[in-house]
Amino acid sequence: MDRTYEVMFIVRPDMVEEELDKLISNLEAAVTGGKGTVKSVDKMGKRRLAYVVRKFMDGFYILLTVEGTGEMVHELERRLRVTEPVIKFITVRIDESQKRVDKIKALRATRVKRPPAPVEAPAAPATGSEAPASV
Amino acid sequence: MADEQPTAPAAAAPSAPPSAPRHERSDRGPRPGGRPGGGPRGDKKYFRRKKVCKFCVEKIDSINYKDVGLLRQFVAERGKIVPRRLSGVCTPHQRRVTNAIKQARNIALLPFAAGF
Repeated sequence: MDRTYEVMFIVRPDMVEEELDKLISNLEAAVTGGKGTVKSVDKMGKRRLAYVVRKFMDGFYILLTVEGTGEMVHELERRLRVTEPVIKFITVRIDESQKRVDKIKALRATRVKRPPAPVEAPAAPATGSEAPASV
Repeated sequence: MADEQPTAPAAAAPSAPPSAPRHERSDRGPRPGGRPGGGPRGDKKYFRRKKVCKFCVEKIDSINYKDVGLLRQFVAERGKIVPRRLSGVCTPHQRRVTNAIKQARNIALLPFAAGF
């Protein structure tokens, strides 16, 4: 019963690549320590922030998709709060919305296959008697 | 003054019937059509005939806080969220758009207040 979460956080722009990788591996260790799995790490690159955060105008965005329990996320967030280079983070639970999207897609796939079937169905009960018009 | 008094209620009486159509015209707010330009065209009772929900038409499934380009269409110049009666979005989609915009604001993808 693992839940899927999406953690997006912003790192200060004047960070070195290696320190960034060290930070990410630290967080991954926290995830695996809490018996979760890291599904993907996406470095979205440097972007301009919409408002000033801790006197920075740009930031390096990183998106982390993890699977685990709520306690694991709690621990992950605690670590993010403590690490100095991280200036903002947000955690979103995505398994419910993902389920909904998958359901809609599956429904759409079946709806495409259905049109040939109803064409035959009214024809079958309509011919209740074997010789409809010959008599 | 004695002459004005009987004329004053006489002047007040003809003003009473015009108040009935005036009440109709000023009743724009609660009417479902909304805008006075589109209402008196013909069907006063029907909803907005032009605006359709963008998400229902294009069948966009997931509204994410990450697609800033999509969300920016529902944000005004100063960063305020556009109301449903102006954007023409249906209720469940408007709710999801609002939540996505608020999440995007928290992660500095959209501003809280802009354009000073």
